Amino acid sequence: MRLIDQKALRQLKRNKLAIIGIVFIISLFIIALFAPYIAPHDPYQTDFFNTLQGPSREFLLGTDDLGRDVLSRLIYGARISLTIGFISVAIGLIVGVPVGAISGYYGGKIDIITQRFVDIMMAFPGMLLAIIIVAVMGVGLVNAMIAVGVVSIPTYIRLVRGSVLSLKNKEFVQAAKAIGVRESVIIFKHILPHCLAPIIVQSSLQIGVAILWAAGLGFLGLGAQAPTPEWGAILSQGRGYIRTAHHVTTFPGIAIMLTVLGFNLLGDGLRDALDPKMRN
Amino acid sequence: MSSYILRRLLLLIPVLIGVAIIVFGMVRLLPGDPAVAMAGVHATPQYIAQVRAELGLDEPIHVQFGVFVNRLFEGDLGISTRTRRPAAQEIWPRFKNTVYLTAIALFIASLVGITAGVISSVKPYSIYDQIVMLFSLFGVAAPVFWLGLILMLIFSVNLGWFPSSGMGTPLHFVLPAVTLAANSTALIARMTRSSMLEVLKNDYITTARAKGLKEKVIIIKHALRNALIPITTILGLRFGMLLGGAVLTETVFSWPGVGRLMVDSILARDYPVVQGSVLLLALMFVLINLFVDILYAFLDPQISYS
Repeated sequence: MRLIDQKALRQLKRNKLAIIGIVFIISLFIIALFAPYIAPHDPYQTDFFNTLQGPSREFLLGTDDLGRDVLSRLIYGARISLTIGFISVAIGLIVGVPVGAISGYYGGKIDIITQRFVDIMMAFPGMLLAIIIVAVMGVGLVNAMIAVGVVSIPTYIRLVRGSVLSLKNKEFVQAAKAIGVRESVIIFKHILPHCLAPIIVQSSLQIGVAILWAAGLGFLGLGAQAPTPEWGAILSQGRGYIRTAHHVTTFPGIAIMLTVLGFNLLGDGLRDALDPKMRN
Repeated sequence: MSSYILRRLLLLIPVLIGVAIIVFGMVRLLPGDPAVAMAGVHATPQYIAQVRAELGLDEPIHVQFGVFVNRLFEGDLGISTRTRRPAAQEIWPRFKNTVYLTAIALFIASLVGITAGVISSVKPYSIYDQIVMLFSLFGVAAPVFWLGLILMLIFSVNLGWFPSSGMGTPLHFVLPAVTLAANSTALIARMTRSSMLEVLKNDYITTARAKGLKEKVIIIKHALRNALIPITTILGLRFGMLLGGAVLTETVFSWPGVGRLMVDSILARDYPVVQGSVLLLALMFVLINLFVDILYAFLDPQISYS
């Protein structure tokens, strides 16, 4: 397919920042996958003789207010953050791509209704919409994940609709129509594969956004609840001790930042490699 | 032009109705009785009955929506279940605090972001450019709430330069505004740089140089003016991100804004205040975007208004 063409791959390989991003993401996956083997302690094991200890040889990143090992909690937190990123992007893709494609291909009333719907969703700043959804569905990690995913739907609808609009009058589509290919086949087999580049780029960047927002919800107390080792929630718990034990706040923040940075670097690299027009 | 503005205003109507439906629907979608949600779990049966009557909950849903919209036009957002004061009175002063914070943050982000971006674009791939781009990469990825706590730790707890929470003096604005601005500053710097690099390639820049104009004049008068057009749209989008980020910043710095009020109200199940806060924030976002779109049309003569 056009996507994995050699030129794009070569360009991606030459992009040092993108390689850094990819290496970081792969390492994070390995850490998440093998968390029980890598984590030096049990992330839930409290130890009241060792609360709020600074980094030491025993606890490399120190302990939190309940004496739990911060490093182990961050390692298990990688599982949660990656899950959040992928699940919420999957929600955005599963709903946004078909709706955007149909809206763009058929136009007319379906398109108008979809566009007004997108307008309304976009009338709310993303974080605010996520908060509203959590407020209605109830606080918790799963609902936060769903909320962040739902918020990304209009972006995908717009993106795919735009791509389909620019392709639907191309000759290969006309040709497929002329020989009587079914419309659903035209949309999903002929047109959509050509829209993959922007979708992939957007998804990579969106994973970073989703992780950031879900951590924000966790920080506000609307996402993951104690004792789940979600990075935003760990950070929020450490907040009360920032004067005496700032490591409980500092390290989860760095973990979030590096992860988001990794996905952003990959997304930027993919954009440069796959879609030179989108470069900015 | 005026037909373009008119069309934009007409498109505003379905959006506003949609926003009203979402805010109205929020409370109806909650599990349990909306009258209890609006009156509060500890309300007396009499008060719950009174709220039920006021909301018209025994009427069909479209009548309820009519009652809701009518009350909105009267500025009636219901009674806070926590303070028993009108929700509008709770929200309004907090909303103003959020607007101050957001406006200052946007100002900082535009000023610093555009300046850094322009200098970067003049000397691309220089050491200065690389430092700016590195900062902007981290600036985009850093969680707002974490950045706020780190700034608080350094400049308030350790150095004691700025107060760590609340508002009152101009000094109180510094840390929250800088925290909130950081993300947008980074993005605006990147946008400005790429937009400027694009513009600087044009023939009229070469012509201006050939004419022997001063570099400063070329950069500011010829290049930046044109580069600013795409940046304007970004500023509008950033405003929404700032409103979202304000919720987090306000929580970090105990800033008495509407974002924090909204989150506190969600956790306390004070739904009239949640509804009012959401409505006001969305309304503001919609109006700012409208303003930016119209401004964009003014700035860019190439855009078609049809």
